[in-house]
Amino acid sequence: MSHLPSILHPAGIEAARISQLWWTMFWICTAVWIAVAVAALIAIRRGHRAAAVHVPDRTIVRNVATAAAISIVALIALLSQSVLIGRALNTLRSDDALRINVTANQWWWDIQYDNPVPSLRVTTANEIHIPVGKPVAFNLFSNDVIHSLWIPNLQGKIDLVPGRRNELWLQADKAGVYRGQCAEYCGLQHAKMALVVVADPPDQFEYWLAANRASAPAPVTPEQQRGKDIVEKGPCAMCHAITGTLAGGRSAPDLTHIASRSTLGAAAIPNMHGYLAGWVSDPQGIKPGNRMPPPGLSGEELQAVLAYLETLK
Amino acid sequence: MSAAPRVSHTLDVSPLPEYGFGHRSLLWWGTASMMVIEGMVFAMVIVSYVYLKGRAPHWPPSGPSPDLLWGSVNTAVLLASALPNQMAKKAAERFDLAGVRLWLAVCLAFALAFNIIRFIEFQHLNVRWDTNAYGSIVWLLIGLHTVHVLTDFLDSTVLAALMFIGPVDEHRFVDVSENALYWYFVVLTWLPIYAVVYFGSRVS
Amino acid sequence: MSAPQKRARDEEKRPRVVEDDARLSRQAQERQRLELERTWANGRGFIAWLAETDHKVIGRRFIVTAFGYFTLGGILAALMRIQLAKPENTFLGPDLYNQIFTMHGTTMMFLFAVPVVLAMGVYLVPLMIGARGIAFPRMLAYGYWMFLFGGMFLYLMFFFNVGPDNGWFSYPPLAGPEYGYGKRADVWAQLITFTEVSGLVVATCLVVTIFKLRTPGMSLNRMPLFVWAMLIVSFMVIFAMPSIVISSTCLILDRLVSTHFFNQAEGGDPILWQHLFWFFGHPEVYIIFLPALGMMSEVIATFSRRSVFGYTEMILSMTATAFIGFGVWVHHMFATGLPQLGQSFFTAASIMIVIPTAIQIFNWIATIWTARRLQITVPFLYMASFFFVFIIGGLTGVMLASVPLDRQVHDTYFVVAHFHYVLIGGSTFPLLGGIYFWFPKMYGRMLDDRLGRISFWLLFAGFNLTFFPMHLLGLGGMPRRVYTYPAAMGWQGMNLLASVGAATIAVSLLVYLVNVVVSLRRGAVAGENPWGAATLEWATSSPPPSYNFSPQPTVASSEPLWHSELAPPPLVGLATDRREVLVTFLLDAEPDHRYEMPGPSLWPLLTAITTSIMFVWSIFNPWGVVWGSIPIFVTLTGWFWPTEKKERIKHGIHGRMRPSETLP
Repeated sequence: MSHLPSILHPAGIEAARISQLWWTMFWICTAVWIAVAVAALIAIRRGHRAAAVHVPDRTIVRNVATAAAISIVALIALLSQSVLIGRALNTLRSDDALRINVTANQWWWDIQYDNPVPSLRVTTANEIHIPVGKPVAFNLFSNDVIHSLWIPNLQGKIDLVPGRRNELWLQADKAGVYRGQCAEYCGLQHAKMALVVVADPPDQFEYWLAANRASAPAPVTPEQQRGKDIVEKGPCAMCHAITGTLAGGRSAPDLTHIASRSTLGAAAIPNMHGYLAGWVSDPQGIKPGNRMPPPGLSGEELQAVLAYLETLK
Repeated sequence: MSAAPRVSHTLDVSPLPEYGFGHRSLLWWGTASMMVIEGMVFAMVIVSYVYLKGRAPHWPPSGPSPDLLWGSVNTAVLLASALPNQMAKKAAERFDLAGVRLWLAVCLAFALAFNIIRFIEFQHLNVRWDTNAYGSIVWLLIGLHTVHVLTDFLDSTVLAALMFIGPVDEHRFVDVSENALYWYFVVLTWLPIYAVVYFGSRVS
Repeated sequence: MSAPQKRARDEEKRPRVVEDDARLSRQAQERQRLELERTWANGRGFIAWLAETDHKVIGRRFIVTAFGYFTLGGILAALMRIQLAKPENTFLGPDLYNQIFTMHGTTMMFLFAVPVVLAMGVYLVPLMIGARGIAFPRMLAYGYWMFLFGGMFLYLMFFFNVGPDNGWFSYPPLAGPEYGYGKRADVWAQLITFTEVSGLVVATCLVVTIFKLRTPGMSLNRMPLFVWAMLIVSFMVIFAMPSIVISSTCLILDRLVSTHFFNQAEGGDPILWQHLFWFFGHPEVYIIFLPALGMMSEVIATFSRRSVFGYTEMILSMTATAFIGFGVWVHHMFATGLPQLGQSFFTAASIMIVIPTAIQIFNWIATIWTARRLQITVPFLYMASFFFVFIIGGLTGVMLASVPLDRQVHDTYFVVAHFHYVLIGGSTFPLLGGIYFWFPKMYGRMLDDRLGRISFWLLFAGFNLTFFPMHLLGLGGMPRRVYTYPAAMGWQGMNLLASVGAATIAVSLLVYLVNVVVSLRRGAVAGENPWGAATLEWATSSPPPSYNFSPQPTVASSEPLWHSELAPPPLVGLATDRREVLVTFLLDAEPDHRYEMPGPSLWPLLTAITTSIMFVWSIFNPWGVVWGSIPIFVTLTGWFWPTEKKERIKHGIHGRMRPSETLP
């Protein structure tokens, strides 16, 4: 089930803590605003009256000091709450957490499931699957400019800075599909650099992981074979990789299991036949300025490529 | 309400002089403002140096530290220039035109010397500005100071020319006095920069 | 003190009180004013207009130019709101949108918000302190030209599709040599240089004016609160702007000559940019905010018919805000992955900075509460709206100060809402009220009351309609700086509301403009003091004569016009055949010496032209710095070189300088 990306609809413990902090601050701040607005209105009404209100300076000083004292107490309360929640957010760490390496590029996300055994690693793009109820640690890198990973339903954001490794811990507590989006202006198509996070029950997650470890299935029909040939020997292989084929490019999303993803173009469009056709034939029309040039395929070649890609589940 | 109050007595300021030295002059404050601005510029660059050094596993990342010789020679020349500078300032405050002319000329000789030596210093930094961030920040630091050294030289030349050519009135003596203040600034700001450029990569 | 000065002091070269002074007679005063007018007034004609150094004229030029840039920035905002009114809209493509949002932010922050508040100071401060002029008037003129030329340069490049497109804070590596294509980022960085030079020279003029040109009797504790605000702000400018001068210079160097300040591959750090930028960037917003606090005090006091409660506390609050404002910059960087302990410090500071402003708010409310027949005029309405509008922004600021919450709402429309509430609510509303308040003084005409009220309420409604929904958008997951958004997100309702609100703002500002244009011709003639205010700018005609006052008033209280019974003696004895001002001592404004101000001059304009040529040249070729500096040197020398006034060389300069020695 797909959720709207709101910080007020937390689906994980970290976002829930922050949402709680939000509401505390919201109510205290609303009370303060009302108090000041009412005081200002009363003051204007009183000042406007014909007779001047004679209030000795001593009284005014006392009132101002009281208001200031109340403000300071409120601020300290907010400060403490903030610090406590901040510390609580750090308690999610665990030694056997799932580790995912995310590398941001202009304008897509490279996702790699880390594993000490190299053959068990999974590389994908723009879509992250995580198990419900277990902490996940992201190692965050950038290949070019500063980006920011933000999945509002699950956790606060953190930047991906070239030359640094940042770390993000989160845990989904409800199964569902959550949207993330880049939240640090990163150039022309910053607006269309989103991603999908799918939280599955743990066994379903393991199934997905295992399926993604497999190489690309072999083509069955001649059209699919033709499509594979075009992909391997044409421009696609210069940037894209499909495990188990000759396509080994590393500067664009991994396509090994492209057909199992729900979106294309970093969550710019849904992954359906028509959209896929549009993307492969004219990526610049959908996401102008992105790094994929039009591959210049004829109609027949396009159909073959699509047929092949749709086998890559 | 009218601007002219119904009083008959006034505060008559006509006996007051038409100039003031030191912090009594507007120019002193203008110069002071400029010194704070430029001082903050240097401070931010030094802070950046420390920041970049803190993130680097080795500093300098490659190559030797800057040679000490010419930088130290120039430091000595700069410090020595304080003397003719002070003499020029004192002469100005005495309205001693001949003294001002003499000592400004001496100052200019020092300024020429430390500009030339600064040029040589650049050849002995042992790194280029585009080698790495260390090179960039070292060149920036010493380069910014050089802009001041050069500007000081040029503006003192113009001032000296004015004191020779004229017209000279009491305000020009205030100008000479305030120029001395700027000169001190250029000399004194060099000291922390010298320490950072030449010794920042020698201490851990 | 030098020997001649000591001797001068001993020879009774001090000011003296003259009883029954004939110079106060009507004929004497008439003659005096005619001579002063001849000495201080600028000529007519185009050259005279270019050579202007009168702070009032330059102040008005600054304000008009800043509002011109404000209009351009507003048009850019309108374009953005049209694009965002619908999801997946095609009104603007990504490249143009990215340039537009960058130009909008850059224009508003650098070409409007700071210059306009400094300009209010330029116009009002010499009048408020009873001085005839501002310190370093030619440098002030230079500051104006640099401001004008910088903005012209930016917009010219924008029209040639070389407008900056990396946001108003231009983070590398996006703005760096590898990813910042063409000259766009260089244009941005050099615009910064133009505006920082302008801001720094104006701040210097203000500090020196406030410290050294106050009329006798105006000790520091009798200065109007607006003057205090401008003093504090000018110090902030002087301490903050160098940081962005350095960072923008380093960015140009990285792009032009391959330095590596922000290149992590060679030991640099993109985060260094953020530190340097925000060390300037946070004080920058307080620079925009504090003058508005000063204007609030003046207007509230006037219409409450009493001085603002807690004068000393107001000054301490503004000072504390200024100081703490330098210690909060990391709150713009909470999402970058910095260590948590350091972040907590900045959370605490960012929360604590609320307290001085809160105290000011309570003091204003107390002032209004104890007003003597409060007048709810149009300026008062603008100031009063602060209590409802700014406070929302201040409170969302407290929320943003919290690291966990900031990690969710940073870089979303929640932040966009926050800063518009504090900047517009905290600075623009008071500014518009201040303009309304001082317009009669500047132009001699009152603005129309009804149009003023219509414009105010339209702005109040339109502003809230535009920016309040943005809080919800941010909470609902909409990031900043996106040229479009998907329909499925549920964001279109709030976006549409915001766009409608933007249209309302546009209408309100149009009404304000119409009010200004119409009133310039047909507004009611304003006398010297139409509002019954207390401070010295109201003690002269509207508009003031070129020499501001004659005779120059001295003061014996902080509300001189409300305490004229104290009748401090007016100042006489300043020369009328040259532009002479009285320089006083810093603390207590005791008379010190008389000083001749320079008159009109073309050198500031010429120097601004040579400086601009060097700045523009140097983003295309590094040697531009060297060759371009030569004409600057020439114009600066011409500026500095005095014109002869041989006949007034003083004898008695210790006998060492013979008159013949001064002749070429």
